[in-house]
Amino acid sequence: MAGATTGTRGARKKTTGGRASFSIKDIRTTAGTIRDVIMKGRAPNLRFPQRSLNNVSYDPQHGFFELGNREVERTLTVNTVKTFAQTLRMMALSKELVEKDDIATKREAYYVSKNWEEARFDDQPESDTVMEDVEAYFRVNREQLGFIPEEKGGEIAGRLRVIDKDRNTGKVLKIDCTKFGSGAYSIPISVEHLGFETDASFILAIETAGMFQRLVKHNYWKKARCILVSMGGVPTRACRRFIRRLADEKKLPVYVFVDCDPYGIANIYRTLKVGSGNAAHVNEFFCVPQARFLGITPEDITRYELPTHPLKDVDVKRAEDALKNDPFFKHHKRWQTALRDLVKMGVRAEQQALAKHGLNYVIEKYLPQKLTKTDLFLP
Amino acid sequence: MGRAQVAAMRRKDRDASDQLSLVTVDGDPEPAAVREPSSEPPDPPQADADTPTGKPRRKVTAESLAAKQREISVAEFFTKNRHLLGFDNPTKALLTTTKEAVDNALDACEDAGVLPDVSVIITPLNGGERFRVTVKDNGPGIVKAQIPKIFGKLLYGSKFHTLRQARGQQGIGISAAGMYGQLTTGAPMVILSRTRASLPVNRYVLRIDTEKNRPEILDESQVEIQGWDHGTDVSIELEAIYRKGPHSVDAYIEQTVVANPHATIRYIGPEDQAIFERTCTELPPEPREMKPHPHGVELGMLLRIFQAAHGESLAGALSSSFSRVSPKVATQICEKAGLRVSLREFKLTTEQVEVIYRAILEVKIMAPPSSSVVPIGEEQIISGLKRRFDAQFFFSCTRSPSVYRGNPFVIEAGIAFGGNIPADGPAHVMRFANRVPLQYQRGGCAITEAVTETSWKAYGLQQPRGSLPIGPMAVLVHMASAWVPFTSESKEAIAHYPEIISEIKLALQSCGRKMGTHIRAVKRDCEDAKRRSYIEKYLPHIGIALGEMLDLDEPETDRINERLRSMLEKE
Repeated sequence: MAGATTGTRGARKKTTGGRASFSIKDIRTTAGTIRDVIMKGRAPNLRFPQRSLNNVSYDPQHGFFELGNREVERTLTVNTVKTFAQTLRMMALSKELVEKDDIATKREAYYVSKNWEEARFDDQPESDTVMEDVEAYFRVNREQLGFIPEEKGGEIAGRLRVIDKDRNTGKVLKIDCTKFGSGAYSIPISVEHLGFETDASFILAIETAGMFQRLVKHNYWKKARCILVSMGGVPTRACRRFIRRLADEKKLPVYVFVDCDPYGIANIYRTLKVGSGNAAHVNEFFCVPQARFLGITPEDITRYELPTHPLKDVDVKRAEDALKNDPFFKHHKRWQTALRDLVKMGVRAEQQALAKHGLNYVIEKYLPQKLTKTDLFLP
Repeated sequence: MGRAQVAAMRRKDRDASDQLSLVTVDGDPEPAAVREPSSEPPDPPQADADTPTGKPRRKVTAESLAAKQREISVAEFFTKNRHLLGFDNPTKALLTTTKEAVDNALDACEDAGVLPDVSVIITPLNGGERFRVTVKDNGPGIVKAQIPKIFGKLLYGSKFHTLRQARGQQGIGISAAGMYGQLTTGAPMVILSRTRASLPVNRYVLRIDTEKNRPEILDESQVEIQGWDHGTDVSIELEAIYRKGPHSVDAYIEQTVVANPHATIRYIGPEDQAIFERTCTELPPEPREMKPHPHGVELGMLLRIFQAAHGESLAGALSSSFSRVSPKVATQICEKAGLRVSLREFKLTTEQVEVIYRAILEVKIMAPPSSSVVPIGEEQIISGLKRRFDAQFFFSCTRSPSVYRGNPFVIEAGIAFGGNIPADGPAHVMRFANRVPLQYQRGGCAITEAVTETSWKAYGLQQPRGSLPIGPMAVLVHMASAWVPFTSESKEAIAHYPEIISEIKLALQSCGRKMGTHIRAVKRDCEDAKRRSYIEKYLPHIGIALGEMLDLDEPETDRINERLRSMLEKE
């Protein structure tokens, strides 16, 4: 992983992933160029990488979605003057944050814009989009720009000790993830500075908090010698980065356990493993290429005679879209077969559907059976 | 000719004359075939009664009707058929009564060459269940001896006997309104009329003897009224309900004001009052009477023409009864029909008349003269619209005369746009036939269809599929013709003739094109303003942001903003 930053990066703990060399200078250069163009009487423009699945490629050797060459050009005209002004003000805010070694959450940045009179954002999604534009423009992670997300990173339980520092004393803290009882350790927003100690033999990433709870309650990690991660839907950047660093550092396999439906496969699993189209400029750091798909597979539905629900129109559309446009699925024949089978069956099955055979069937039968044949897991 | 064929042709042309012919041609061997296509209530007498539009061929009807149906009392007839005469419900009764009186007043003034001064007073009585409608004009007045007959007898009048463009079209007219009032309130009509300043005003209080269909004079006197040299003043009391909206008397007055810019109308309604001064001082030209054109003739009418034989030859009868039938054309028709030119018309059998009927359609005949049709005129339409709408732009178009089934007609359109016309609703469409507003059956009217089918998007307006355009717009469409084809006896909607719809669309398109230019100009101005405000609002933030990033001072950021402004404003 060229350029991947591991371990601590000195004083600026909040910077995670992304181009290592980014600094205020980059912002000043951009602003200076724009000023020079304006003073020459020409319309300035900004070129952003196109942030969509159309503009990513997938090479399993690299293991993640890589940003393509397509760019969107935003030239200053009467019609673009508002977004143009907002983008520049967002850059200026970032410069201020980096300069003062401060941070702002995405929500806070949105509120800061309320001070921009007519250029303010009316909704947070608007400001998030502009923020992502700026992030992609500099090809850095938003944390490097001083912006942090609001979202929680996910939860951990099992055979892992996370090495952190006490914020006040700087003393090393070892957080034992086996000692949270019925609770769990929360992944922080920034994970670059963390260290790990573990004797686990694999990481199990789980879609739903409900299934996570069941496995925690019965100390499944003890029996199976593993680390349990609750993703809670599509994993956040921090969650992906945490799993990635842990798996890289401790050379652990990562198995993913989600619902058997196009969302679980094409959104949750795909994003964990190779990243997303929208944040392609930082996928390199926020992906887990070693992840493998444990289940629930379309095949499991028949083998375990799971109760199902019919696929909705949006599900079918999502599956077809993945088959047609997603470079990851286009690369893997086995996935194409699996998705086509699912569409043909016209049904989906949830993780909890295993409860049909008894509440602890998943612990006693399903997972153990599955884990005997990890080489058969979908890529 | 097959029955089905006759039926099919009749289905196309359902207007009063159709119905009329069914009844008068007693010897018609195929009454079923003739009656079959009518979708109106199958009630023969109603058709007879509904004939005072002033067309000569109906003379026979009235007479034969009078002769044959004496045993039916007028009151009974009226009660049964009030829906055809515009008295179906108390709301409509108020409108119809006002409309009959105002149409008569305007027609009378124009016939006499006087610029109309009409006042309409509608007074609520009995807490709003009863109204007194008083309409006063400055027309020629009515000769003393005629007053009782005109107002106190159904089927009596002057417009009855001519084929020319006139307003009076709502069935049985003012005497029906009087009868309605009498039936619902028992109150008699009060008529004042003066023919000359030097003569006194004659005042009559009249009832209609409903058994014998004749006037009953309750009181007769002479009074003196200052400042009223000539004219007629009618008062009718009736049971009615007053409601606002598109079917209201108020709407009728407003629309009449639009279509008659040469008339001054004073209106004191149940709630509102207004004076609309005339905005043009030219009377519309007098429409000429015309003979029917052969291509507009119905089989039944043809039968009647030959029945009223005066011993003429077939060719002679054709020439004298129709316009544009020269002896040469008449001969051609006879040849096509395989009948002798000199054949005595009264000897014709029904079958032979049918043959002639088909022959007429095959012979090429010159289009009818359009002198019987008098449009409002483009300038007058605009001045009429200006009386009613406080709009930004006005457009109008008067088409050249055109012909449907042998009947000449002229279509006109006018548009008032912008100003204080509500912008968020569908366009306000006003329909007129011979300057009379059509307020009912909007959906079934050729005018509505044409407005809907016109593509207004091309002129910068929004238009949901199959609906009226949306925008601050009032649309006027007027059809002038001696023979307006209505969809039904109640004469509230124009029939869907392709020729008529196409003319309406052409007129609307002509207005639309002019309007489109203006709308585009307005939009451009709006965009310019928006552009300027956009620049004002957002441009300074580019300077602020660059200033913050590059640590610039104020003069420097000002220079950047100045540069930007001049660049963007040039765009």
